[in-house]
Amino acid sequence: MKPHKKIYMIAGYNTVSMGTGRKEFNPKKERPGLEHYLKEAGQGTLSQIGGAAKVDEGVVGNFMAARFNKQAHLGAFLGMIDPQLRLKPSISVEGACASGGLALVSGIKSVLSGSAEVVLALGIEVQNTVKAIYGADILAGAGWFQRRKDGQAYFFPGQFSDRAGAYFEKVGREKARKAFARWYRNAIENARLCPTAQEFDNKTADLEAQGLMEPSPRSFTDHLNVFDCSKVSDGASAIAIVSEEGLTRCGVSVSDAVEVVGIGHAADDITALPEDLTRLTTVAHAVKQALTSAGITPADLATVETHDCFTIAGILGMEAIGLAPEGKGADFVIEGHTARDGKIPVNTTGGLIGWGHPTGATGVHQAVTIWEQLTGKAGNSQINIPADRPYGLTVNMGGDDRTVVAIVFKKN
Amino acid sequence: MDYTEKLTNITVLGAAGKMGSGILLLSALEVADHMLKPENKDKHFVVNAVDVTSSALPGLMAYIRAQVLKAAEKKTVLLRKMYAGRKDLIENSEIIEAYIADVMSLIRPGTRIEAAYDSTLIFEAVSENADLKIRLFRQINENNPNKPWFFTNTSSVPIGGLNESAALEGRVLGFHFYNPPAIQKLVELITIPENNNEITEFALQLAKNMHKVVVHSNDIAGFIGNGHFMRDALYGINEALRLKSEMPLHEAIYAVNRITQDFLMRPMGIFQLIDYVGVDVVRFIMNVMNPYMSNEELHSPMLDVLFAKGVKGGQYADGSQKNGFLKYEKGKVVEVCNPETGEYVPVAAFAARVDAWLGELPAEVLPWKNLVKSPEKDALAAKAFEAYRNLGKRGAAIALSYARNSREIGLKLVSDGVARSADDVNTVMLTGFFHAYGPVNDFVVK
Repeated sequence: MKPHKKIYMIAGYNTVSMGTGRKEFNPKKERPGLEHYLKEAGQGTLSQIGGAAKVDEGVVGNFMAARFNKQAHLGAFLGMIDPQLRLKPSISVEGACASGGLALVSGIKSVLSGSAEVVLALGIEVQNTVKAIYGADILAGAGWFQRRKDGQAYFFPGQFSDRAGAYFEKVGREKARKAFARWYRNAIENARLCPTAQEFDNKTADLEAQGLMEPSPRSFTDHLNVFDCSKVSDGASAIAIVSEEGLTRCGVSVSDAVEVVGIGHAADDITALPEDLTRLTTVAHAVKQALTSAGITPADLATVETHDCFTIAGILGMEAIGLAPEGKGADFVIEGHTARDGKIPVNTTGGLIGWGHPTGATGVHQAVTIWEQLTGKAGNSQINIPADRPYGLTVNMGGDDRTVVAIVFKKN
Repeated sequence: MDYTEKLTNITVLGAAGKMGSGILLLSALEVADHMLKPENKDKHFVVNAVDVTSSALPGLMAYIRAQVLKAAEKKTVLLRKMYAGRKDLIENSEIIEAYIADVMSLIRPGTRIEAAYDSTLIFEAVSENADLKIRLFRQINENNPNKPWFFTNTSSVPIGGLNESAALEGRVLGFHFYNPPAIQKLVELITIPENNNEITEFALQLAKNMHKVVVHSNDIAGFIGNGHFMRDALYGINEALRLKSEMPLHEAIYAVNRITQDFLMRPMGIFQLIDYVGVDVVRFIMNVMNPYMSNEELHSPMLDVLFAKGVKGGQYADGSQKNGFLKYEKGKVVEVCNPETGEYVPVAAFAARVDAWLGELPAEVLPWKNLVKSPEKDALAAKAFEAYRNLGKRGAAIALSYARNSREIGLKLVSDGVARSADDVNTVMLTGFFHAYGPVNDFVVK
């Protein structure tokens, strides 16, 4: 989808991604809930746009608060963030781990339709309410429930372990595992530069050696170890989606905004099995849509935030986006092209493995990261954005390559 | 031998006790693994949990349920396979609940010994009283037509005597778990010449299935574990009495406890360990062992004094530590008992003075919890002892002699024929007592 009018994102805000890895995280103590994270993220954005009065509509992306927190109806939390948001239109949207991306798409459509000039888009998930073994049940809702019985205890790690196994057949196990370990190292090294990242305090000396730990089929999955997996996280992110008029209304300079220049959004049949375990076809489709509508190619991108719920998803993502040819994603990563000093820095604050994966928030978090990078607000994580490649891409995936939102952003 | 057949009817005697509850848990988990195999679906399994204290049984069942839940959460990958045929169980949570229900359905709590009359295997974990054990074994054996096997958890009573006195015809062996049985990896296996291959092979298989490390001990009172611990404890008590010439007794107890924990890099000091096991239990075990010891007096008047004052140590039902030589708050030692007066004195009143008297802990010395995780435990421990030799301070010197005595105890267990080798002694101390290095080593005598 190509926007028929100027759409910008401004005033991004990420809470800390809370969970194992953070010094202050104690699973045995009572922790903040949905309200805390919504409030912090929402107010973080509102304070940068001159307050809640500037907002026309709200949208909340969330996956499974109904089970993690026994709470549905998240759209109606906006009035709690700021009383000036009471009685304004607000909805919640769900598309598994792409819920955050769907919140962005929903906000963009509101602005394009003319129903709003300023949309407050939030994403949130608070997952540390249950142990991982039960969280696995909840997250399995991103797949087709009729297939849950045949799935593994850790359902999604199991799905992507099968993809990893197929990829081993294709490129060789040793090379693939080496690429996974490198992906893990990049993720943690980037996270160490971002104070809100869950792995910010990670002190492990030899990350690749850790990433190479042999998987344990008896207690986890056949082909992936825990370092191949994204984190279990509590967190929220917020960003404002605005028209030109909205930008003026919020008093934000265009240099502090990123422009949305291309959108891809695709959902494939959740009841169908992947045709080829080594390809992310829905990701490829949505990214192609986004790049085509933006009128650019992968070579024009300065940075990418991709959905590395697992290392294998990160590597298959490189191929689906078109940064590496099919079957060459592992080489591309091993050669260091995705590292922060590489050809195209990917997941510059750690991605889902290093920064964290509060599922419903991830799509918004990715947009906030790109906004920070393209407007020079990324602090220690800041990378160089070459003048001839002023673009950033987000790829947010729900389920096993079922719902995908891809957005191309341009620096102003 | 049909392994599964032997598991069809088990009784745990003393099931609500500290050891019995752990043995019940491990037994029930092991039986469940067999019960849930498709080929055993027509077999009937029972685990009787017998304890004289009726009021402790509800708490026991709650404990077992909580522990089975923990075990299930850890092995859900396996459980999904075991319950693959149950189409109604889809989510992990449903499978875990079904497993808990299945394990709990095995267990029959009760207070009556008659429950054991149908059993094929009996675990005994009643109090450390040879006469009581003999009486129970004899009664069950006379009324049970299955010629059951008796696995006793005794940590001190010789098995041969139990076999003879209860007329068990070799159907008894020592299967000694360490506290807490669900966590400690060690099982001391004590066989007697009257045992046949079948019972020993079963015992080894069972220990393996329970993921335990087996160390064979000969049938000499106290076996390896208590053979070391009782002598080590007695040495510690006497060391405190020796230091009494330098400081009040409670300060000496504090000093020896600190040396055995911090300087020897052990999980707890010797007096804390006595409290943990129970002042009364330690005294009782010494009493059981002492008649069998030649040229050695395993007895401590100080333990008699405390016992007479009602100071027993051990744990409350919630796992927290009762007062013994030491008084605890949230697991930390806050006061030390002076057995001569029976008064507890706050640690804060004298710790700095005693610590200064002992001298500083060299930088080479790691806390036990760090040392035990290191892949180079022995080398690091050796460095600490090297530092003690060079330091020449009081604490370091006492630690050195303490470690040398611990080594002597280990060697004596081998020369007395209790342990088959020094390695076995070390394995017992590493896996049953969680020490970071074995007592029989070169670095304490260099």
